[in-house]
Amino acid sequence: MKMKNSTLAGWGIIALFLISGCSPKGSDEKSSPFSSDVASKVYVAPGQHDEFYAFLSGGFSGQMSVYGLPSGRLLKVIPVFSLDAEKGYGFNEETKPLLQTSYGFIPWDDAHHPELSQTEGIPDGRWIFINGNNTPRVARIDLSTFETVEIIELPNSGGNHSSPFTTENTEYVVAGTRFSVPVPQKDVAVESYKENFKGALSFISCDPVTGKMDVAFQVLLPAFNYDLAHSGKGASHGWTFFTCYNAEESNTLLEANASQFDKDFIAAVNWKKAEEYVKGGKAHDFPTSFYHNIYDDNAHMATSEQIKSVKVLIPAECPGLVYYLPTPKSPHGVDVDPTGEYIVGAGKLSADMSVHSFTKMLKAIEDKAFEKEIQGIPVLNYDAILAGVVKSGGLGPLHTEFDANGNAYTTFFISSEIVKWKVGTWEVIDRSPCYYSVGHLMIPGGDSRKPFGKYMLAMNKITKDRYLPTGPEMNQSAQLYDISGDKIQLLLDFPTVGEPHYGQGIPADLIKPKSKQFFNLAENTHPYVTKSEDQTKVVREGNVVRVYMTTIRSHFAPDNIEGFQVGDKVYFHVTNLEQDWDVPHGFGIMGATNAELLIMPGQTETLLWEPKSEGVFPFYCTDFCSALHQEMQGYARVSKKGSDLKLKWWTGSAK
Amino acid sequence: MKNIPRISMVLAATVMVLVFFFPIWRITLIAPQYPTGITMYIWINQITGETTGTLQNINILNHYVGMQMIVPDSIPELQYFKFIIGAVMLLGLFAAIMNKKWIYLAWMILVIVLGILAVYDFYLWEYDYGHNLSPTAPIKVPGMAYQPPLFGKKLLLNFEAYSYPFWGSLFIGISIIFAFFAFWFKRPKDVQYEK
Repeated sequence: MKMKNSTLAGWGIIALFLISGCSPKGSDEKSSPFSSDVASKVYVAPGQHDEFYAFLSGGFSGQMSVYGLPSGRLLKVIPVFSLDAEKGYGFNEETKPLLQTSYGFIPWDDAHHPELSQTEGIPDGRWIFINGNNTPRVARIDLSTFETVEIIELPNSGGNHSSPFTTENTEYVVAGTRFSVPVPQKDVAVESYKENFKGALSFISCDPVTGKMDVAFQVLLPAFNYDLAHSGKGASHGWTFFTCYNAEESNTLLEANASQFDKDFIAAVNWKKAEEYVKGGKAHDFPTSFYHNIYDDNAHMATSEQIKSVKVLIPAECPGLVYYLPTPKSPHGVDVDPTGEYIVGAGKLSADMSVHSFTKMLKAIEDKAFEKEIQGIPVLNYDAILAGVVKSGGLGPLHTEFDANGNAYTTFFISSEIVKWKVGTWEVIDRSPCYYSVGHLMIPGGDSRKPFGKYMLAMNKITKDRYLPTGPEMNQSAQLYDISGDKIQLLLDFPTVGEPHYGQGIPADLIKPKSKQFFNLAENTHPYVTKSEDQTKVVREGNVVRVYMTTIRSHFAPDNIEGFQVGDKVYFHVTNLEQDWDVPHGFGIMGATNAELLIMPGQTETLLWEPKSEGVFPFYCTDFCSALHQEMQGYARVSKKGSDLKLKWWTGSAK
Repeated sequence: MKNIPRISMVLAATVMVLVFFFPIWRITLIAPQYPTGITMYIWINQITGETTGTLQNINILNHYVGMQMIVPDSIPELQYFKFIIGAVMLLGLFAAIMNKKWIYLAWMILVIVLGILAVYDFYLWEYDYGHNLSPTAPIKVPGMAYQPPLFGKKLLLNFEAYSYPFWGSLFIGISIIFAFFAFWFKRPKDVQYEK
């Protein structure tokens, strides 16, 4: 019996082995979102940090939003081109100059493309740039403070769309005009388009240390619509590629008139050559007027400068500066693969993408394989430069990003999908639907020399039934995919702030360690700073009254002020004396026609208040700062104009 | 062998100079809103924090319960302790020159006594900060005092306070050990017959 038992046990063990050997090997993990634990891939436990930062443009919101990936958590909305009452941005005196333009103060723009600064072709986490499309501008955001620190306006432009794509070492961010305009602006008939209109491509230089921007030069091209851009990398470093449509040079009903030619172009600009021409004195100084606004992190305030002239290069006078690469069907995105060899043009009205070879392009230039010339710009022979065609099977290709394994991913607006294909063989490997009508896509580092890969984010234009309805106006959305395996796997779907056109992603470790916690009060050089409570005061200069005020948990100094008069312009210069992380104070005063102040520790901000009637008006802290936040308040007494009540102020006990 | 006591005494006196370069005590406050804690360092001649704002932040927190502001400039000990340390070091070198067993012992006892007095003084300051509360404090908890522990940890409302000696105290300890060696290895009298 004993023997039999042990034999049975032996069989049992063998059977167990067999069963475990036969069991399916975890079934094909990526075949369907339901066959594996998708939720765990996007679950970032409370208190844990995301692996990547994602920066998404806000489109017509004019702002930039910051998300964590893979969770899709919204971390911050950075005000850039539009007013933001929440942060006092554009309302306080310090940030108003950032929104100055040659057209005056502009409280809004349409922001499309964020672009991280790069070093040796790799995102370095120092700054992020974004374009303003409507009133052509480029902004720079400092990623130690996540605040807009510079906005430069672009002359001779209209619709800054192909912007602000960077060169390998952020030597330049570019800004091509989507709408050609008369250069210089003048009162001419719209019908004189072909004769009077031009398309300007601006090259904005960035100081390698401070990031300070400057319109280094412009290249004046025929009046096409310069749509998108990307700079070369590796071998093609030194060139920037701009797609254009409307080679027909139509000025009305473009949806039909600009779609007639079989091919439009990618303009290849040799910016190193441009530098030589500028140095050699070939540039024209065009009189113009544009604004350059810079925010100083120590003064906590922006200043504006008006610039009156810009250097312009005319391609006909500068051989070798620009070449046109014929590209089928109104190309939209132009994307350069991580090696810099392949330039992918997405013909948005077709099914296929034409991929040009940089090596072949150089050869065609050398061999003078030109089809024709347009205003002195050679048009290269299409067949001579073509590396291959991606037969996608989709419709309406827009944008392409790359992973680190030689794959490319292209969005298709019309067929609402992303197609994965192999760079070099041009074969389609996989495809995945988007909900709905995807525009750009973003892979962290996916437009750089070093794609960080792992995730892909699709930014969709239409959501319809994807979320709980919110009336006629629905939000746009982003969809996160896992691209670490052979098959694309949809992980997450979340609504966005405004319309995200393009995005950028970067490993959190490249930004997190240098994120500022507060501003050092000792380094505050604001002209109206108050560094301690005993320096607080109220000063009258005619009808201008300046209040040098401080905040610290949990009171204002002064918190009682008398002696204001109807018709005064009262400037509250409020310095937050706190020197601790995450202790901002707010300042709101009854009847103010602008917004609140939200003052970070060590910072000074100024609110203009113009009392219209007599009375006593409360002010208070708007950001729940401490256990005694509700007690953080004060009163401002307004007397009639010409009253002989002297200015008096105090905290705690009357002076 | 003969020089061991004298060398030990010189080391005992000189190692004390490190007290000027390292804090002697560390107090850390931890609360839910301060997961990494707020840490204050007490030196022989100053009070510092993890950041330039630390002391201000502690004062802000303390003011809710009516504790006095910690103003280093108003604490006389921080002004004169450095002279005491200097004098003790000089006495130590003097002792090494004298090279007498009883002097080594006397110096060691002096350092120990001064150390105990310093800790007692520290305790008095802590007592004063913890008990001498403003009658107009916004938060008053009947019967509650906020004296941080001298050594160890203690719950003060929402804060867990940790108080322990820091490197500077260790060096004083090492100094005492060296003085003890000097005393221990020193023969009662210089004996000529040693050779």
